[in-house]
Amino acid sequence: MIEIRNLSKRFDDLVVLDKISFDIEDARLIVILGPSGTGKTVLLKSILRLIPADNGEVIFDGKSIYSITEPEIYEIRKQVGFVFQGAALFDSMNVFENISLPLIEHTSLTSKEIKKRINKILEIIGLSGKENLYPNALSGGMKRLVSIGRALALDPKYLFYDEPTTGLDPIMRDRMVALIVNLKKNYQKSGVVVTHDLDTAQAVGDEILMLKNGKINKLEKVEKKFYG
Amino acid sequence: MNLFRHVADFATFFFRSILIPWHLGTTGPRILAQIYDIGFGSLPIIIVISAFLGLVSTVQLSYQLLGIIPRYFLGAAVGRMVLIELGPILTALMVSGRSASSMSAEVGTMRVTEQIDALEIMAIDPYRFLCFPRIVGTFISLPLLTVIAEFVAIFFGALYAHIFLDVPFNVFNYGLIHNFYRRDLFGGLLKSLLFSLVIATSGCYFGFRVKGGAREVGMSTTYAVVTSCILILVLDFIVALVVFE
Repeated sequence: MIEIRNLSKRFDDLVVLDKISFDIEDARLIVILGPSGTGKTVLLKSILRLIPADNGEVIFDGKSIYSITEPEIYEIRKQVGFVFQGAALFDSMNVFENISLPLIEHTSLTSKEIKKRINKILEIIGLSGKENLYPNALSGGMKRLVSIGRALALDPKYLFYDEPTTGLDPIMRDRMVALIVNLKKNYQKSGVVVTHDLDTAQAVGDEILMLKNGKINKLEKVEKKFYG
Repeated sequence: MNLFRHVADFATFFFRSILIPWHLGTTGPRILAQIYDIGFGSLPIIIVISAFLGLVSTVQLSYQLLGIIPRYFLGAAVGRMVLIELGPILTALMVSGRSASSMSAEVGTMRVTEQIDALEIMAIDPYRFLCFPRIVGTFISLPLLTVIAEFVAIFFGALYAHIFLDVPFNVFNYGLIHNFYRRDLFGGLLKSLLFSLVIATSGCYFGFRVKGGAREVGMSTTYAVVTSCILILVLDFIVALVVFE
């Protein structure tokens, strides 16, 4: 479980996060909804101390991420997969190398075991056979799927999605939403989805929080759409 | 005050990048890739420039000295000038122009496209992943390039003297060998080792600090090259005072 307590962040005079508090319980997906430019990505990155908050606390399974050393943060981050809005794939690596990087860095798996794991991940994200392609040969949607694949490599407990469906065509958007739902339902991945798309929020979220003017409010009524 | 802060930041960045636990299995291949890129990648341009460096040095020295001093002294003058000063400095400036800029552009682009954030999220220290291999790769490559550059420059100097100045190879070599001091060679190599550290650190440091987009990436490459060139000349002066004074 991740507990976010009174998280605050300002850039000069602009208050982006104002004492934000909420919990991410196991096997649940929290959606942070809000218009563009309200600080959703800042919130996501502050939870992981990628953008350090000015005040507040984030407790990952009992450990406060704001009062531990850098090596300890890295240990916590191994439990988190992050899907970036722009995918953030390594340009110089192909799909296989992008997904296998965390495995090479953090595990002692043999190349055969890594290959087996990557094939399984490619199957989950629906990109089997694309492992030799480089990011410049992938569409925006495919890049984001690879980003999910890379996030899954270490089999993390939590997945953070930053605008996973923004800018995608309707078919790819539905595919992405179905994948997020599948990962939560069948692989028990809890986490946060940041989006400004109400349809996506309704489809994937167990709980929807609205971020506006630095404050967060819970949306009480969520009508679920069925995907997959 | 700002300058002191930048110097402190630069020094902190350097030590943060090199004093880091690393594993040969994962970091070794990246160091080799950098040696290949910086070393082999720079080799053609270094050979061309060193050849002309040797030719120009010989033309200039013969113009100033022949007729005043014995002919064999041309070999000594060209050799010592190349080993002590021109070889290390010009090689470092060339590698700075080629590699510090590309490092800064690459790391800067990774910064603005969130690839460095992705490394952080994957619990991969970006200093170890990006900076350490580049610094070590340059540290290994630059002295080797310098030795090659010195050899090429002296060879072309001797060739020019042989063909156009009526100074045979054996006479040129006599001056070269009888005025060879190990301190010249090792002083020059010491310089290139120090230069390598500022080239790679500048490239990575300015890349890491990029905020914004393409314009800022472009500016970071300029800062990286200008800073490394200035630091190369400052270090050159310091080593000259310490080793050769």
